[in-house]
Amino acid sequence: MTAHFTPVKSHAVAIPSNDIDTDQIVPARYLKMTDKAGLGAALFADWRYNPDGSPKPEFVLNAPNARGAQILLVGDNFGCGSSREHAPWALTGYGFRAVVSTSFADIFRNNALKNGLLPIVVDGDVHGELMSLVARTPQAELTIDLERQTLTLPTGRTVSFPIDPFSKTCLLEGTDELGYLLSFEREIAAFEDGESSRSGT
Amino acid sequence: MQRTLFEKIWDAHVVAHESGAPALLYVDLHLIHEVTSPQAFTSLRERGLKVRRPNRTMATMDHSIPTIDRTLPIVDEMAAKQIRYLEDNCREFGIPLHGMRSPHRGIVHVIGPELGLTQPGMTIVCGDSHTSTHGALGALAFGIGTSEVEHVLASQCLLQYKARTCEVRVEGRLGRGVSSKDIILALIAQIGIGGGTGHVFEYTGPAIRALTIEERMTICNMSIEGGARAGMVAPDDATIDYVAGREFAPQGAAWDEAVRRWRQLPTDEGATYDKSITLNATDLEPMITYGTNPGMGMPITSRIPDPAGIADTNQRAALEKALKYMALQPGQPLLGQRVNVVFIGSCTNSRISDLRLAAGLLEGRRVAQGVRMLVVPGSQDVKNQAEAEGLDDIFKRAGAEWREAGCSMCIAMNGDQLEPGEYAVSTSNRNFEGRQGKGGRTFLVSPLTAAATAIAGKITDVRTLL
Repeated sequence: MTAHFTPVKSHAVAIPSNDIDTDQIVPARYLKMTDKAGLGAALFADWRYNPDGSPKPEFVLNAPNARGAQILLVGDNFGCGSSREHAPWALTGYGFRAVVSTSFADIFRNNALKNGLLPIVVDGDVHGELMSLVARTPQAELTIDLERQTLTLPTGRTVSFPIDPFSKTCLLEGTDELGYLLSFEREIAAFEDGESSRSGT
Repeated sequence: MQRTLFEKIWDAHVVAHESGAPALLYVDLHLIHEVTSPQAFTSLRERGLKVRRPNRTMATMDHSIPTIDRTLPIVDEMAAKQIRYLEDNCREFGIPLHGMRSPHRGIVHVIGPELGLTQPGMTIVCGDSHTSTHGALGALAFGIGTSEVEHVLASQCLLQYKARTCEVRVEGRLGRGVSSKDIILALIAQIGIGGGTGHVFEYTGPAIRALTIEERMTICNMSIEGGARAGMVAPDDATIDYVAGREFAPQGAAWDEAVRRWRQLPTDEGATYDKSITLNATDLEPMITYGTNPGMGMPITSRIPDPAGIADTNQRAALEKALKYMALQPGQPLLGQRVNVVFIGSCTNSRISDLRLAAGLLEGRRVAQGVRMLVVPGSQDVKNQAEAEGLDDIFKRAGAEWREAGCSMCIAMNGDQLEPGEYAVSTSNRNFEGRQGKGGRTFLVSPLTAAATAIAGKITDVRTLL
């Protein structure tokens, strides 16, 4: 991940369900690929398409105003279940840059941050306001400023969201986490030397 | 200062920790499989990096492989390509692989402990959320994403924030027909599937101590279904007996030294956890799920809850949605519910002890007409052992399909899947919509409940058959 995370200004798509698991985000039959490309089309496949592949008109991503949305608004504990990084690949492949919820499953959150997808946690009150806003005015534009850690509603209400400083820096500066890890070569080697003397191998 | 099992392992593996950044945690054992590793190898190759410690890495293929006759070619082109890619990657980077022809191939979380690769006190990761299984031996083991697979391949380290700890104390003792699967299903039903988020569970108490290592694996395996990062059980005599003599277990003086270290791992008297939960095994019945996540579970003699009785609007909506998908009614009992398929397998319940329990019940009985039963051993070694004990004959005589080792219908990537609308009782770990095949409907149960249901053709309380 090398792109810098710039402010997001976009309308949002809402899927209010709690506990949306990664099997729904990308069903397992799409995991047989050996690259990352093209998963945007598989995003929420079983909720999004009929068995013949035609779009289900009632599903929110198939609504005309979903087009171009960069923010996904979802219920609590988003991304639970499988560790598949295909989930954030599918979300970013579709065009989402941020997911807003009251909480995220741990592995999904980690995977999202490593793919330039910002998981934003808001409290129940803000979440409720966002849900009704999007239901009322689907084109309402939200602004996400990672630098200031703020989410701004069209009413002007601005709420701050938490993010650990390391992930924030990595996202903003496009820092390569593996590069950071490898910069500790000396420490890793020293640890391994100590380890082999401790275990006698 | 008194420390918990988790804290001891954590402290022993921190390589570096800069302020304001996550710690570098050293990984002792990295397990990989065909589904979540290809993109990591591609990226490694693009960067011109090597695998830092191929001898701390072990690969197998389990998710997308067929569980039919191994001598037949793999017809699914994408699965075949994924498998070839893993073989090529392992060859190029020098990683040991238990491939299609290995006598030890199997589900990654079955073969790790089986080969003695999984040992107390280790840090173990794999691009698979059920890596928590290995915590049953007193290891800190958890699932990671593909970017992190690449990190570990290249640096043997992970960037990690320290998780919070949660003691899950299980008092009492299990009754007849109630098993470790029922403990974990009861726990998740109690705390919900996000109840453990941010935490590592340590299972303690007399009911846990009384379990075999394989039974502990079933519990640790499903820690992730409660949202926990990992689940662990402190090593004891049973753990040490389990590891002793296995292929990759330390030998001779190294074994004595290892045992000495393992004995120091259990949580110190007086150490504190961030949170604690208590369950009483004596009160438990066989458990079953009725909905579309593992938290929607209940004792098998209960009735499905009524959404109208739930105050929280989101939870009410979730239950309504789940019951609609499952085509079940509020207040309905599940006992007597007809099923189409019975699946015994997965990293949760495909070990020899699971197969023995199921076979014990099926001996001299038959799978009900119209029910398809698949028995999928967790590894080649489990399969061989079962065949040596004649369990395969019991299953086959009963009318079940005896298959080759793999993940099979737990994740339904390999063609073993439910048809839309079919009901299955399954010893696997996830009942998410479509998990066992698009439109399929899953009831999660123990191997005993699965076998009892297979015999009756409808959901059955195994205690009536014992």
